[in-house]
Amino acid sequence: MQALKYARASSVDEAVQLLRDGGPTARVLAGGTDVIVLARERRRKIELFVDVKHIDELNSLSYDPSAGLTVGAATPLYRVYGDADVVRHYPAIAESAHVIGGTAIQGRASLGGNLANSSPAADSIPAQIALSGTVTIAGPGGRRQVAIADFCTGPGQNVLQPGEILVSLHFPHPAAHSGQAWERFIPRNEMDIAVTNACTYLVLNGDTVTDARIVIGAVAPTALLVADAAKALIGKPLTEETIKAAGEASKAAARPIDDMRGSIKQRKHLSAVLTERTIRRAAERARG
Amino acid sequence: MTMTNTFVLHAIINGEEREFLADQRDSLLEALRERAGIRGPKEGCNNGNCGACSVLLDGRLVNSCLVMAAEVEGAEITTVEGIATPEGLDPIQQAFLEEAALQCGICTPGFIVATRALLEENPHPTEEEARFWLAGNLCRCTGYDKIIRAVLKAADQKGS
Amino acid sequence: MVATDKPAYRVVGTRPIRPDGTDKVTGRAAFGADIKLEGMLYGAILRSPHAHARVRRIDTSKAEALPGVFAVATNADFPRVESGSLNIGEGTANPVWLIDNLLAGEKVLYHGHAVAAVAAVDQHVAEDALQLIDVEYEVLPAVVDVREAMLDTAPILHDDLRTAVRAAGVPAAPDRPTNIALHMRLEKGDLEAGFADADVVIEREYETSMFHQGYIEPQNGSAWWDQDDNITIWTSVQGSFNTRDQLAAVLKVDPSRIKVVPMEIGGGFGGKNPIYLEPVAAILSRKSKRPVKMWMSRDAVFLATGPTSATYSRVKIGAKRDGTFTAASAYLAFEAGAYPGSPVGAGAQCAFAPYSIPNQTVDGFDVVVNGPKTAAYRAPGAPAAAYAVEATINELAEMLQMDPMDVRLKNASREGTTNAVGAPWPTIGAEAVMQAVKNHPHYTSELQGEDVGRGVALGFWFNGGMESSGTASVQADGRVSLILGTVDIGGSRASMAMQLAEVLGLTMDDVNPHVVDSDSVGYNATTGGSRVTFQGGWVMHDLGMAIRQQMQARAAAMWDVSPDDVEYHDGYIAGPNEVSGTPRRLSFKEMAAKLPATGGLITVSATSRRNTQGPAFAGHIVDLKVDRETGKVQILRYTAVQDVGTAIHPSYVEGQIQGGAVQGIGMALSEEYVYDDQGHLRNASFLDYRMPVANDLPMIDVQMVEVPNPGHPFGVRGVGEVPIVPPQAAIRNALKDAIGVNFYRTPVSPRVILDELLPKD
Repeated sequence: MQALKYARASSVDEAVQLLRDGGPTARVLAGGTDVIVLARERRRKIELFVDVKHIDELNSLSYDPSAGLTVGAATPLYRVYGDADVVRHYPAIAESAHVIGGTAIQGRASLGGNLANSSPAADSIPAQIALSGTVTIAGPGGRRQVAIADFCTGPGQNVLQPGEILVSLHFPHPAAHSGQAWERFIPRNEMDIAVTNACTYLVLNGDTVTDARIVIGAVAPTALLVADAAKALIGKPLTEETIKAAGEASKAAARPIDDMRGSIKQRKHLSAVLTERTIRRAAERARG
Repeated sequence: MTMTNTFVLHAIINGEEREFLADQRDSLLEALRERAGIRGPKEGCNNGNCGACSVLLDGRLVNSCLVMAAEVEGAEITTVEGIATPEGLDPIQQAFLEEAALQCGICTPGFIVATRALLEENPHPTEEEARFWLAGNLCRCTGYDKIIRAVLKAADQKGS
Repeated sequence: MVATDKPAYRVVGTRPIRPDGTDKVTGRAAFGADIKLEGMLYGAILRSPHAHARVRRIDTSKAEALPGVFAVATNADFPRVESGSLNIGEGTANPVWLIDNLLAGEKVLYHGHAVAAVAAVDQHVAEDALQLIDVEYEVLPAVVDVREAMLDTAPILHDDLRTAVRAAGVPAAPDRPTNIALHMRLEKGDLEAGFADADVVIEREYETSMFHQGYIEPQNGSAWWDQDDNITIWTSVQGSFNTRDQLAAVLKVDPSRIKVVPMEIGGGFGGKNPIYLEPVAAILSRKSKRPVKMWMSRDAVFLATGPTSATYSRVKIGAKRDGTFTAASAYLAFEAGAYPGSPVGAGAQCAFAPYSIPNQTVDGFDVVVNGPKTAAYRAPGAPAAAYAVEATINELAEMLQMDPMDVRLKNASREGTTNAVGAPWPTIGAEAVMQAVKNHPHYTSELQGEDVGRGVALGFWFNGGMESSGTASVQADGRVSLILGTVDIGGSRASMAMQLAEVLGLTMDDVNPHVVDSDSVGYNATTGGSRVTFQGGWVMHDLGMAIRQQMQARAAAMWDVSPDDVEYHDGYIAGPNEVSGTPRRLSFKEMAAKLPATGGLITVSATSRRNTQGPAFAGHIVDLKVDRETGKVQILRYTAVQDVGTAIHPSYVEGQIQGGAVQGIGMALSEEYVYDDQGHLRNASFLDYRMPVANDLPMIDVQMVEVPNPGHPFGVRGVGEVPIVPPQAAIRNALKDAIGVNFYRTPVSPRVILDELLPKD
């Protein structure tokens, strides 16, 4: 571990102050499951950890049918997938949160951490985007809201400015007759980084899809909201053909790299497979 | 470059109030093992992929290699050393012995702590649920068969 | 269990709780990294970022100047030693290469090769110091593939390496630098005539990846070099004595000056025979005059300890229409890593072992590449060789339209048929295992569903004997203290105590086993090769019989009868009835209580080097399902059949078989070393070196076949090695059954399967 100090913030303002004073080598510590490894392996220069998970607002979870779901940026994943309202109304979030790392990781890791880490393969980000999430950011200049679809800008890169922290993530209540599903492909059954992942949110009116958001991950520098995949469904009855067309649209949109975790061919193919699978499961849920 | 970064850490470890010197650079695993003399949690990978360092932090299963020591000020920590009671072994430990669920024993502390967490949350797991919960704990000796049998047996015995 | 004429045992075959169990479930068991010594420093190692480079200069001055740093070491701190051959447990090594592997000399030969070491006040400062060491490298081209390394145009690792030829009729190798350290050949019969006699001939090529043992406990080693030049080492290794002897060779110190204290060991599987840290810790201790503790990070374990060889092989088999094999040949090229010494010789002997084939040739090549020096890994060499042979036999069975088990049974090795070197087999269970597979309800069950398949494969391992020693002391309370020198990796305290209890007619709990340091017991070879329960069993037999004899003699003297008239049976000492007719009979406990007054307590020692170990055969059956859309394989059912000789503690025998099978499943489907073209290892972590996790697997069913080894008092054959041999081929054969594709390399990852199933680009 490189030489660093630890500070615990008790308010958002204090966290922002600590980060600003600490400069570029100060880092937010929430669940720590990514950033502690970065610091230990000296992959980033880190001289100060600012622990934000003792700030009430960052460690909260609230739901009501009109306001939707608000999750503190540092709320651990086990509380997210263990919450009955999340499981009922936001199953795609629950599904993704339930398989990030193993059980012990889920005792610490958070949706906010997964987002701020901004890995192209992050498991929860496709669900966060598909469910039209927004994130509240606090910084020296006050607070701002950003659509999660616009948050990540590249591998490990995002719109956070110096001194800014994530406060909470917000998800509107899903529409009536909507359904959602998240899936990933990994070589083992747990403890792997996604080769590809995908999330579908759709709304049905009878058999016809009236709205859809389809997101694929690990196939581009950031998770991709695939407009063409949604277009292939919207306004049409859901059939094997439209599902296939959406899958093909995802495959066409994917622009993955070849690395030891997956090949271009494999990832493009899986983009289609997972898109189709999540559409089918989302539709099942929409039909209730 | 070398900083004197020590601080006094207070924590309740296995039910006992402890205070000891730690370094701000220490992970909880390092502080437990090298500073507090609690060596049940093992270092297998130091990046959260093997579960050998599993402990309960305020009742929640975590990898102690992915927790900074400074974070646990005032917290309650349970390691494998805190699973048995003065009256004897916990049914989980007894089941691991009876089912021959360990060979070399290096992963055993992590599995026992993780099983304790599992049975507290889900006292009667199915085989599939037990396997999923324990997927973050690697064992290279047993192929998991006897471990899973021990977990299910412990669940039965705790329930009755 | 298949019943044979097994004697009625009282302890052998039962399932008591192991003596060291409580310590291991409560966290009290002390493993190597758990050591804490007064004034102890922490060591750390700087490793090469390059796969092949000349070390121009190492500047350690800044590191030495860092406050908290007590010592820095490089290759220059080792003594100069003679080239030679040193026993390192399951294999041999040249001490010069051993030293160069501990801390690189003129060249670094693989990514992660140790270059320099520091000892500091804590691990953080030690790591800081590593950042301050300046190394100037001249990067050289690297070669990481065995076939490329064999080319004349390949980069050369060792300028002084020449090919040793151990093959009749093959001319000596030219006197020029090469990466091929050895060409060996096993031959019997007339290969050409055998193939000419065949109705069908099949030839196939295969590759296997480099696989790591994957023990969860990283290597560790702590050392205290005291003022009297005695060295104490605390470490988690498979053999205390071969560790001591390796240390003596590389430090040029008399072995009697070195005491190795074996700590509990967190898995080894062959990989903890070579030593990596102990001599470096000793040098750092000598320089700092403080005890030094070291342990490896997980990435260092993957980068720089010994995995098993990646291999390339070619197998050719000729057969008659009825399935009778007439001839077989194999070409095996094994990567040794940076220094010679792959297990190709063992692989060559194991390849066709389950089968009686009159005409046979196996050519083996030991080839250095820019990777970590390979080490023994569970049945070293056998899994790769068997994979190629068992895959080929399956294709042959298809060509002949025969059941794959019928082909195997037709050619089964049996007592009296000859092995690869032409020697006759003793009593073996090859045929019994094949028959048990064929008749197993798993094999005879109907397999249902889409894209499901079933595969079988056989495996063989010799099992080793080597040397074991022990000491037993009868205490007055009737218990027996048992002093052992073989490290207990997976329950050998239990198997030793049970065998001694059986000889003495006691319970396992009456025997109190201790594993002690290398100064406190006679010589013991490594824990490996599945030799410990075998050879240790002989020692227990000898100790038990010696105790019985002495107790009989004491009783005879006490009763004033001839020792010949005193018997020992089921834990009782009995003499002729008294004149009054009262029986003379004492239990072991009663007699033990009388020992102090009748000449003192009894202590006996024994050493055994019996060379009568029994070979072991295994047959595995696997059902699996393939997701054609993703290439993912799910194991549905797995059965491992194995000739175990006699199971001393059946639970731990089953555990060995299940664990071995699962390691083989990992090799078959998900584990592999991934190098880039510059020789950098890309997946040195448990995240990306994918060992099976709990929810990847079903329960592993075990059927033990017991064909007792006639060369052992309890019929023990080793059990730990052979279960890793069949899985790669069994799974590959099941994949063929499921989706109609023959794969020729392992692992068959989802990506590889998808590549076959998707339209070609």
